[in-house]
Amino acid sequence: MNIFVLLKRTFDTEEKIVISNGSIVEDGAEFIINPYDEYAVEEAIQIRDSQGGEVTVVSVGGEEAEKQLRTALAMGADKAVLINIEDDIENGDQFTTSKILAEFLQGKEADLILAGNVAIDGGSGQVGPRVADLLDIPYITTITNITVDGTSVKIVRDVEGDSETIEAALPLLVTAQQGLNEPRYPSLPGIMKAKKKPLEELELDDLDLDEDDVEAKTKTIEIFLPPKKEAGKVLEGELDVQVKELVSLLHSEAKVI
Amino acid sequence: MNASVKETQFHEELRQSVRAVCSKYPDAYWRELDANLTYPEEFVNEITSSGFLAALIPEEYGGSGLGITEASIILEEINRSGGNAGACHAQMYTMGTLLRHGSPEQKEKYLPKIAEGSLRLQAFGVTEPNTGSDTTKLRTFAERRGNKYIVNGQKVFISRAEHSDLMVLLVRTTPLEQVKKKSEGLSVLLVDLQAAIGNGLTVKPIRTMMNHASTELFIEDLEVPAENLIGEEGKGFKYILDGMNAERILIAAECIGDGRWFIERASNYAKDRVVFGRPIGQNQGVQFPIARAHINIEAADLMRFKAASLFDAGEKCGAEANMAKLLAADSSWEAANAAVQTHGGYGFAEEYDVERKFKETRLYQVAPISTNLILSFVAEHVLGLPRSY
Ligand SMILES: Cc1cc2nc3c(=O)[nH]c(=O)nc-3n(C[C@H](O)[C@H](O)[C@H](O)COP(=O)(O)OP(=O)(O)OC[C@H]3O[C@@H](n4cnc5c(N)ncnc54)[C@H](O)[C@@H]3O)c2cc1C
Ligand SMILES: Cc1cc2nc3c(=O)[nH]c(=O)nc-3n(C[C@H](O)[C@H](O)[C@H](O)COP(=O)(O)OP(=O)(O)OC[C@H]3O[C@@H](n4cnc5c(N)ncnc54)[C@H](O)[C@@H]3O)c2cc1C
Repeated sequence: MNIFVLLKRTFDTEEKIVISNGSIVEDGAEFIINPYDEYAVEEAIQIRDSQGGEVTVVSVGGEEAEKQLRTALAMGADKAVLINIEDDIENGDQFTTSKILAEFLQGKEADLILAGNVAIDGGSGQVGPRVADLLDIPYITTITNITVDGTSVKIVRDVEGDSETIEAALPLLVTAQQGLNEPRYPSLPGIMKAKKKPLEELELDDLDLDEDDVEAKTKTIEIFLPPKKEAGKVLEGELDVQVKELVSLLHSEAKVI
Repeated sequence: MNASVKETQFHEELRQSVRAVCSKYPDAYWRELDANLTYPEEFVNEITSSGFLAALIPEEYGGSGLGITEASIILEEINRSGGNAGACHAQMYTMGTLLRHGSPEQKEKYLPKIAEGSLRLQAFGVTEPNTGSDTTKLRTFAERRGNKYIVNGQKVFISRAEHSDLMVLLVRTTPLEQVKKKSEGLSVLLVDLQAAIGNGLTVKPIRTMMNHASTELFIEDLEVPAENLIGEEGKGFKYILDGMNAERILIAAECIGDGRWFIERASNYAKDRVVFGRPIGQNQGVQFPIARAHINIEAADLMRFKAASLFDAGEKCGAEANMAKLLAADSSWEAANAAVQTHGGYGFAEEYDVERKFKETRLYQVAPISTNLILSFVAEHVLGLPRSY
């Protein structure tokens, strides 16, 4: 099976976000494989191990994403491709990323493409479905289980806490939801082997794309942190007085009733 | 990308991966082991099966063929995470004896199994009740009879003997009176512990201040096949000595891991704990000892990497390895003390883990070599002062 995984380098979930001059400060922050993409990598490796074939991880980003690609190789992926847009694109969006990925995947004859359900930084959840759309293949999002049998695939997906079982056929794109698996960490032999695995670096030129072809469709107007939580208010006194006060506060201050 | 950037990246990757394993074994795991004096079986199995303990074993025998620098990073990260590499470090430093001096048959027989984890080489029997630091006076004697050695004697503080399959045992094979130099006539035997226990070997646990699985060994007419002799008879002390530099560097790294753990815990606590209306860390009396310990840990770390790179380049590193061990053990102890003091009463409470790590890091002032012996070594071999011991 020819399996591809779309992987993004993101902020560590434990990092505190600091904004300076309208953008997020990245200095000194730890970066990781987007956790949902990590499920995708793990699942891809498991499917390859049971069905045979090859897993290629692809990332659109800068030079630094090499580190996360190496980790995926150390986990067990076979090949990695970094599409380095550092020098070509200043402000990309989900359209940019999916257009580039789709261009790359075009003609690669992927049987199965796995992506994360969302990236924990931007949180749009668009890239997977958009890539599938551009490639004109079906997609299923937020999957929590997948069984491949020949070219037919049985999938369980999470639907806001409920689950739905779907049958589909390859080629297919799926996006991973939490619960799909427990991603492995790289073993030492895994890290050593990864050193010898191919990591190809491409630029827009190599995909016959111009900056104009992938220009963002959206514009970021402002980035700001959510307002700080104010201290809560505890009402006191007789119960009926409290209820009256609550209603009046909900009406006049919170303006919800 | 140049080679040194690549190496730094690789080391970072190594650290991350060891941290990923350790994150599955949080404070509470080690705390419970400590309370019940039990061996970290699951942790040791996992750190072995994920290949990290086999870092030094050559690739042809199923390891990763890395250097002491990488091995030291692995042990450092275990201690840095709040765990205790003492439960499994011996494999890394005793294995060198087998690797450098074992016969091709012995290596073929044992190394692949040690690498994959089906055999544990975690016990190292040198210390005896009456000889201590004066190793060459050890009395455990192995007499050659046909294709066997018959061993008699006693060892003390032999850690992990109950949790290991193999033990590297240092014995006398020629009586002290019959050798020209006291370092001659000692030999190294590889003992199959499973076969030996109950057949000439009795293992008795020693309760110590911390959870270290230390034991006393009573050896009476224990038969060890002659094929288990490592290298040549009579040259064992030399074999053990040339493993010492590796051991010093690895222990230094563990202390550095401990030190960083203490500094982090102490700093965090000092930022959060408010007494007299402000964080205690705002008082110089609290922050200075932490800052000083941090400085000393960083300095020790430089010496550790200096020693490790000399070792990996195959150069002499006795002085550097010993100095790294002393600096690191002193500074981890200093950091431990600062962490306890900073935590006030809570430094003594088990649920803060500071007292556990405090006990664990204290060992490295005494074992595997005590600080005084390092000073004696440096005075004699580096400064040319008269031998004092
Ligand atoms: C928890 C634990 C685990 C251990 N695990 C192992 C193990 O797995 N295998 C093993 O073989 N051993 C092990 N040991 C033993 C350890 O290596 C020894 O305790 C250590 O080498 C010191 O020897 P000793 O205890 O006999 O002290 P001694 O040699 O009696 O020394 C006592 C004190 O006197 C000082 N001293 C001695 N001679 C001099 C001198 N000439 N000048 C100045 N000061 C001197 C020492 O520095 C020390 O402070 C372990 C010990 C402990 C506590
Ligand atoms: C085993 C044990 C038994 C105990 N028994 C009793 C008992 O029977 N009854 C009882 O009442 N208490 C008891 N205690 C509590 C003990 O008295 C307190 O732990 C001690 O007074 C320190 O208080 P603390 O732990 O809150 O530390 P904190 O006050 O939080 O101090 C933490 C650290 O900050 C330092 N510090 C704080 N403020 C400053 C400053 N302004 N300048 C410089 N340094 C500062 C302190 O010196 C300390 O090193 C016991 C504690 C232990 C561990």
